[in-house]
Order: sequence, then C-alpha cells, then structure tokens
Amino acid sequence: MIEQHLLLKRVDFIFVQDTDWEKILQKSIHRSRQELINELISSELKGRGGAGFPTGLKWKLTSEVQGNEKYVICNADEGEPGTFKDREILTRVPYKVLTAMAVCGYIVGASNGIIYLRGEYQFLEKPLNEAINEFSYFCKKINLDFTIKVFMGSGAYICGEETALFESLEGKRGEPRNKPPYPSVNGYRNKPTVINNVETLAHTYTIFKYGAKKFYDLGVQYSRGSKLFSVSGDTPKPGIYELELGMSLQDFVEEFGDGDTKAVQVGGASGFLVPRKKFSETAIGYQGKLIGISLPTGGSMMLFNSSRSMYNLLDNYLEFFREESCGQCTPCRIGCQQLLAGIKAVKKGDRPAPYLDKLLKLSETMQFTAKCGLGQSVANSFASIVENFREEMIY
Amino acid sequence: MSETIHITINGIPVEVEENTVILDAAKRINVVIPTLCYHQDICVAGNCRVCLVEVTGQKRLAAACATPCEEGMDILTNSLKVRNCRKHIIELLLSEHHSDCTKCYKNGKCELQFLASEYKIMTQDFIELYDEKVHTIDNFSPSIVKDDSKCIRCQRCVRTCEELQGVNALSVAYKGHRMKISTFYEKSMNEVVCTNCGQCVNRCPTGALVEKNYIEEVWEAISNPDLHVVVQTAPAVRVGLGEELGYPAGNRVTGKMVSALKRLGFDAVLDTDFTADLTILEEGSELLHRLKRALLDKESNVPLPMATSCSPGWIKYIEHMYPEYLPNLSTCKSPQQMFGALLKTYYAKVRNIDPKKIVSVSVMPCTAKKFEAARPEMHGSGYRDVDYVLTTRELAIMIKQAGINFAQLEEMEFDRLMGESTGAAVIFGVTGGVTEAALRTVYEIVTGREIPFKNLVVLPIRGMEGVRMSSVKIENPLEEWKFLEGVELNYAVAHGLTNAKKAMDQIKNGSASFHFLEVMACPGGCLGGGGQPIPTNFEIRKKRAAAIYAEDLGKPIRKSHENPEVIKIYKDFLGQPLGELSHKLLHTSYQTRERS
Ligand SMILES: Cc1cc2nc3c(=O)[nH]c(=O)nc-3n(C[C@H](O)[C@H](O)[C@H](O)COP(=O)(O)O)c2cc1C
Ligand code: SF4
Ligand code: SF4
Ligand code: SF4
Ligand code: SF4
Ligand code: FES
Repeated sequence: MIEQHLLLKRVDFIFVQDTDWEKILQKSIHRSRQELINELISSELKGRGGAGFPTGLKWKLTSEVQGNEKYVICNADEGEPGTFKDREILTRVPYKVLTAMAVCGYIVGASNGIIYLRGEYQFLEKPLNEAINEFSYFCKKINLDFTIKVFMGSGAYICGEETALFESLEGKRGEPRNKPPYPSVNGYRNKPTVINNVETLAHTYTIFKYGAKKFYDLGVQYSRGSKLFSVSGDTPKPGIYELELGMSLQDFVEEFGDGDTKAVQVGGASGFLVPRKKFSETAIGYQGKLIGISLPTGGSMMLFNSSRSMYNLLDNYLEFFREESCGQCTPCRIGCQQLLAGIKAVKKGDRPAPYLDKLLKLSETMQFTAKCGLGQSVANSFASIVENFREEMIY
Repeated sequence: MSETIHITINGIPVEVEENTVILDAAKRINVVIPTLCYHQDICVAGNCRVCLVEVTGQKRLAAACATPCEEGMDILTNSLKVRNCRKHIIELLLSEHHSDCTKCYKNGKCELQFLASEYKIMTQDFIELYDEKVHTIDNFSPSIVKDDSKCIRCQRCVRTCEELQGVNALSVAYKGHRMKISTFYEKSMNEVVCTNCGQCVNRCPTGALVEKNYIEEVWEAISNPDLHVVVQTAPAVRVGLGEELGYPAGNRVTGKMVSALKRLGFDAVLDTDFTADLTILEEGSELLHRLKRALLDKESNVPLPMATSCSPGWIKYIEHMYPEYLPNLSTCKSPQQMFGALLKTYYAKVRNIDPKKIVSVSVMPCTAKKFEAARPEMHGSGYRDVDYVLTTRELAIMIKQAGINFAQLEEMEFDRLMGESTGAAVIFGVTGGVTEAALRTVYEIVTGREIPFKNLVVLPIRGMEGVRMSSVKIENPLEEWKFLEGVELNYAVAHGLTNAKKAMDQIKNGSASFHFLEVMACPGGCLGGGGQPIPTNFEIRKKRAAAIYAEDLGKPIRKSHENPEVIKIYKDFLGQPLGELSHKLLHTSYQTRERS
C-alpha cells in the first residue's frame, strides 16, 4: 500500500460515489432551513472557486432577502489554464452538485438553478442534461419545485467572474459589474442569486451527508476541510488530488516534486509564486500568513524545476492577462500591457533594471484600483515573481 | 422613507440619503472628484477608475461614481494613495493614447487633456503603446469623424447610443488589449445604422468622436468676393451658443449672435425660424388634409397618425427601423432644407442674385443636419439647397478665430427677407414646441378663434417627460371644417429615439390613439442636439428650454400664420400651402434603409 507512506493526508470525499443522492436530498429538505444554514456555517466551508467567501453566510444572506425570484448558479466556467477539477466532478459525481443546488434552492427560496458550463466542455452538456432529467423527475416526485438548466459559456476567461457571468447569461458582453451591489441581493437578472463553484457545491453534499463536524475536523483554523488540487508542471505524478487544507508547501513538494523543485506557483496565473527558500514557511489555506488568500479557481499547483525560466513564466502569465482582461477598466487593460512591455524592455536592456520598481508600483496600483478580481490579482504573480527572481528578469 | 447616512469626506461631516454615491455626496460640500466615464444622462459604468477615493480601513480604493455611501464611511478624496493611483491611471491612459494635442480637434476642450494638465503629467515614464500603423480615421460620414487613436474606452458613446437612442450603432468589440469601440462589422459610421444624431459626439470626453467640421470651407466661401454667402441660424443655437463663449447655461444671445455673424462676413444673416413658421403652415395644412380624407371623405388607408419630419436623426431612424411607416411622415422638409430651397429660388429672385453664386450656410444644434443637407433629394432649387452645415460649437470656434469679443457686441436684428419669425417658430427648439406651434395655428384655422390656453401657452405638452400625450377638443368649427365638430384632436410628443420607439411601438401594436406625433431625435429636442455645447445634460437642457420659452413670450407675434413675411411669400411666390410650388420646393420623400 503506497498510500501509507505518503506525507500528506489524502482525503476521499468528493469523488466517493453519489448514488445515495435521492436519500440525501429528501433528508435535507425535511430539515429546517435554519438548521441547514447553521450546519453549513459551523462547517466553516469557504468558497473553492474564488475569494474564499464563507458559503454558509452566502446562502444565509440570500435567504434573508425578500423576493420570490431568486437563482442558484453553479459556476463551472473553470477557465484557469491547466485546471480540470470541476470537469472531473461533473463527470464523475454530477448528482452531488445537482443535489447541492436543489438544497440551496430550498434554503434560499429559489426554484431555478443554472449551470454555467465552460464552452470547451461541450462534451459534458449531454450527459449532464441526462442527469438533470433524471434529477428533475425525482424532484417532481417529491414535490420539490426546482429546475436546472445548463448554459454553455462563451469561452472567455473573464466570464468565470461572477458578475461577468451574469452579464453573459443575460446575453450581454461578459464585463464585470460594479460591486456593491453583491450577487446575494442583486445578481442574475438583478435578482438575489447564490453563485458557487462546482467544488464548493460538492463539499456541501458531504456536509449534508455526514454533518459539519466530519468536514470541520479536517484542515486547520480558518481553513477547514479538504480541497481538490490540480498538480502539474515538473512532477512525476500530475493529476487531481483531494488533500487536507493547511498542509505546508514543504510537505507538498516532498511528495509531488521531482527532487529539483525551484518554485511552486500556487493558484495559477492569479496566484503566487513561492521560491524554494520559502517552502517551509508557507502553508496552503485561506487566512493570515498562509498564502493563497484569493485564488480565483483555486487549486492549481504548478511545480518548476531549475531548468525553468521564471522570466518566461511571467511573460506567459502577462500575455494571458493582456488577452483575457475584459478590457473595460483602465488599470487592468493598460496596466497588463505596460507590465508585459516593461519586463520585455528590461530584459532587452531598453529600460534600466530599476524600471522593475516602477512596474511593481504599477502592479500595486492595479491591485488597489482595478474593477474586478482579475486586474486586482495580477500583482500577485507579478510581485512574487519579480521580487523573488529579480536576476532572472534582468539577465 | 429613505434613511439618512452619516459620513465624513476629507474630515467634513456630510449627511446624505441612502443610495447616494460618494461622487454626489462630495458635490454637496463642494469637493470635486475627477471623472471620465461618468455622465449624468446615462447609467454608471465605473470603468475609467479616475474617480477613485480612499475609504479608510479598506485596502482597495472605491470608485466614487459607483459606490453608495455607507453609514460611518470616512472618505479621503485627495490622500497620497489616491493621488498616486490617479496619476498612474492618467499616465496609463496617455500611454495608450495618440496624444498629439496640438493637432487635435478637441484641443482645449478635452476632458483627458484637462486631467493631464490638472495633475501636471509632464513626463511619460511608461512605454508608448500607441501604434500609428494600426489606426485609421473614419471620416466617411458627412456628420461624424471617429478616430480610435483618441479613444479612452470610457463607453459613454456606447451607453448613449443604447440608452438614449436605442440605436446601438456603437458597441464594444474584442477583449483585453484589443478592446475597442466598434460598429457593425467595423464598417464606416456612414454605412451602419446610425442616425448621425451626434449624441455620442456630445458625450465623448476626447477627440475620438467629433463632428465633421466645415469651418475652413465656410471661411473660404466668405473670403470669395464673387460669392453671396448667406447664413441661417436655427432656434436652439441662440440659447446654446453663449455657453461656448463664457455665459452660463440658459442665456439667450440672439442679438449678439446676429452681430457676430455679420462681423464674420456673411452677406446676409437670416433666420431658420422663418421657415419654421412656414413649416407650420405646410405641416398643419397637411394634417388637416389627412384628417379630412379620413373623417369626411371616409377614405381608408389615410396614413395617420401623421408624424413630424423636421428632425433628420428621426428621419434616418424611421427609414431604418420602421420603413413601413414612412407614409405616416409629413412630407415637409425640415425648416433648414425649406430655407435652403427658398434661398436659391425666392430669395435669389427677389434680391436679383444668380443662385449659382449663392452659398447657403446653416448653423444648427445638430450633426444630423449635415447628413440631411447632403441627401441627394435636397436639390429642390436645382442646386444643393444647403451647402454647409455648422454646429453651434463650430460657430463658436469661428467667432473666436475672428477675434470677436462676443460679450461686448451690440445686439442686432436679423436681415429682412426670410429673417422675420414668430414665437411659434422659436419654440421649435424645444421638445413639444412644434406641436404647440402647430396647435396655435391649426386650431385657429379650424375655429377662427385662438387656442384656448392662457398666453397661448399649451402647458400640457411642455416638460421633459420622454413621451407626453394630450388632446384638444374642437368646438364650433368654421363651416369648411364642420366635420371636425366635437373631435378630440390627440397629439403625442417624444424626444430621444428610445422614446420615439415607445410611441412607434404603440402605433405598431394598434394602441396609439393620437392623430399627430412629434419626434425629436435628441433628448430635450434641438436644444439638446448633438451639435450643442458640451456638456449637455438634464439640468442644462432645462435651462435652455426656459430661455426658449422666454424668447417666445417676448416676441410681438407668436403665431406662425401671422408672420408677415410668411403671408407675403405665399402671396408673391408660393401661392398656397401644399400648392404646386410648395410641393416642389418644400416637400420631399423618404427611402427604406437596411436595418443592419
Ligand atoms: C477573473 C476571474 C475568473 C474567475 N473564474 C472562475 C471560475 O472559472 N470558476 C469559479 O468557480 N469561480 C471563478 N471566479 C470566482 C467567482 O467570481 C466567484 O467568486 C465564485 O464563483 C464564487 O463561488 P465560491 O464562493 O463557491 O468560490 C473567478 C473570478 C475572477 C476574478
Ligand atoms: S479588472 Fe480587468 S477584467 Fe476586471 S473589469 Fe477591469 S478590465 Fe475587466
Ligand atoms: S483627445 Fe484630448 S488628449 Fe487626446 S490628443 Fe486630443 S486633446 Fe489631446
Ligand atoms: S450619432 Fe447617434 S445614432 Fe449614431 S452612433 Fe452616435 S448616438 Fe448612435
Ligand atoms: S469614442 Fe469617446 S465616448 Fe466612446 S469610448 Fe471612446 S472616448 Fe469614450
Ligand atoms: S468616473 Fe468613476 S470610474 Fe469612471
């Protein structure tokens, strides 16, 4: 048994079979709304798709808003390059997600659910709709008024941002909205809306099934439960792993590294690059000195060995942002262009090395001023790469 | 009941109602926060990010135009963090921008330039992103020039065209660094469904969307001693022009404007109001004619309601969007075009000038008039009826170029022969004005009595509501109009094309009860036209409207049919309204245009 030797605590909740969904659904909707919300709150589950907002609180807020038109949206846009955990969940345990959406609908008073499915996942549309048909059939049988529809995304990364996603659903251009108002009061069609990542929803299933404690007992303070990680890069065993939160990066690298790991990018392009010397002081979770505070489509772990150029990495990321920014706001649209042009100029010797400091200041301005999470988080990878690998940027 | 919220801005306590945004709260205590994408007339975008302010305790800055005040907020509008970020944003905008201010039409009138100047952006540390090679200027439209290299992507134009006009000629294309403001398939403005109304031009903060100007052409004509250059000025120009020349909004500068035009060297300074009066007689007769066919002769298929035709933006809109209702349009040309046609016929004859040598210039609050003047059918006189159309803004530029100290000018009167006008013509410049003027005349034609409103002010049709409806009952008509006895004459007024659409949809679904529909393409009517001074917004429109109504009240004659020059032109030249010559010179036809 290899498992025994592993350093990291493997968890197996998410992909465990979902054949008991009818029972879980029926059991849940016979509990009081308050009871369910309290269960979620005490599990301390936080959103797995973005800002790590407490899921119980999110549902509670929407349940408290007056109104009979509300929505539950499952964010399956999964745009982060190299990440495919949400796809796996929808392929292997779709009923967990459907059940979670229906329970959410019961709690907040919504009778419509929408799955916003990444455009590239077209092949999932049919099986998902088949599952939805069966699911709907059962809902009718137990007199639960909840319908779910699949909406195919437009293929733009920004449409994973919740308010851009609403715009896209409404048939408009995917541009993030001003916040406030927040989705809980003013979301899709300007109605109160709960929007959650696929994985977040799947975790609620676990919580409704086993109770909050079983989930809460995993992880560390502020970062409870388990999480799916997409491990890629210079690793002998790329893939999706469900791991307990709070692990140290040192342990992670020891298990997944190739013996020559120079740095790990935590959280994809909008995350942070952690250099080897900081592995032991870095833990993976949500709060405080732990990093990965805001990982849009969190869960990407990319390992780099000493053969990799960190300059190229940053160049790639900035190219990605320059293309994938929706382009509406000044700091993000032009900031991304400047950062990319700037590091190229320094590399070529057209600008002196201290120009990097001007760019660092610019990335900070972007963090303070951009309209949405995309522009705000460019500074994460930019600053962590430039500060830790400054030489590689210049020579 | 809305709650009161207590906040402080730069240490000063402020009380505001719930949902007040920080920008408005700051205005209360005379703190100005710079903006670019914000415009009072349209929805909030929050994309330029220059209005950012610091809310103590929050790491990220808040967009003042989009963020509602919350209880206890402590806001700083000029902290070091705010200043540094705002400077960065301006520098970024400039780095993407073709900043050749000295060669730019908006030089001295540009909101981006103001900001750069205010923040003393003296150096460009960032890398120049503007690439000359990839930009073309679209100047194929007779009305509007679009230069993307001057665009800051604030989307004011997009929101304007969508919300105020419902046309959607402009939209955002591509994403990321390629994001731009585009038209359908990136065609020229000349080839897409655009009404040339210029509302987008009026709201563009930079030189990216501007009017096509004919200033040099007009100077050239004026300087040519062989030519007789005549200018006509529209009613809304006189209540806007002052704003470009240092007056606060709402000042009438009619007399000084005439003076200035003479100093510019025009051979005659005449008044479009004259043909506005004429329009009332033609259009009023046309309405009565249609009513007669419908009510007395019991003809079916009489195109009613009859819609006004003096707003060229509206004409192009209906040609694209509701071509099946073109017969409902009055066949009357707009006052500008009637004027042009008479200038090169009647005026030429009376003044004994070779029409070939007449250059017909008009000053309009409108960019769509430029397109209208260029329509092939506008050659009723045998020549191009109107040669050059200038906007109010272009006239102000010429006045400045000529070194005229406008404020000190003596007031002068329009020249005679097509210079006389009435209060009814003046109110053509405000939404509802054409209807009011028409009622003053039509009612009197039919009953022999003045319209029964105090001071001839038809109050129910005034105001700024998007679509307004009212009616007047015809009692005791003259013998000839007996068939109108007891008829409620219903009329509707719409301004801004989004509102025109509402009225048209009523016609389309059969719920319209009105006989007469007035549409002005621009919000507020011509006084809010695309060629009017920038800024134009709700408050300014109200002030200009008040100025127009005041001018009407001050006029000795206030009914179009009493204009002595109008009476004379029918006697000496035209014969009668809807007569043969009228048809040739004063009426026109329309064409179906594609919807995309
Ligand atoms: C640029 C950007 C892209 C995003 N893409 C995704 C995505 O693909 N999937 C997702 O679940 N959340 C994405 N998010 C986060 C969502 O905005 C939102 O926070 C999330 O769906 C909330 O769900 P959760 O609370 O379950 O995490 C993205 C955020 C940003 C700023
Ligand atoms: S930060 Fe970027 S992606 Fe977000 S709204 Fe601004 S331009 Fe669009
Ligand atoms: S648009 Fe404004 S900033 Fe740009 S060149 Fe013209 S005047 Fe200068
Ligand atoms: S001129 Fe009028 S119709 Fe044309 S793009 Fe501008 S706002 Fe739209
Ligand atoms: S054309 Fe003008 S109004 Fe439109 S986005 Fe560009 S700068 Fe703004
Ligand atoms: S004016 Fe507020 S973001 Fe543009």
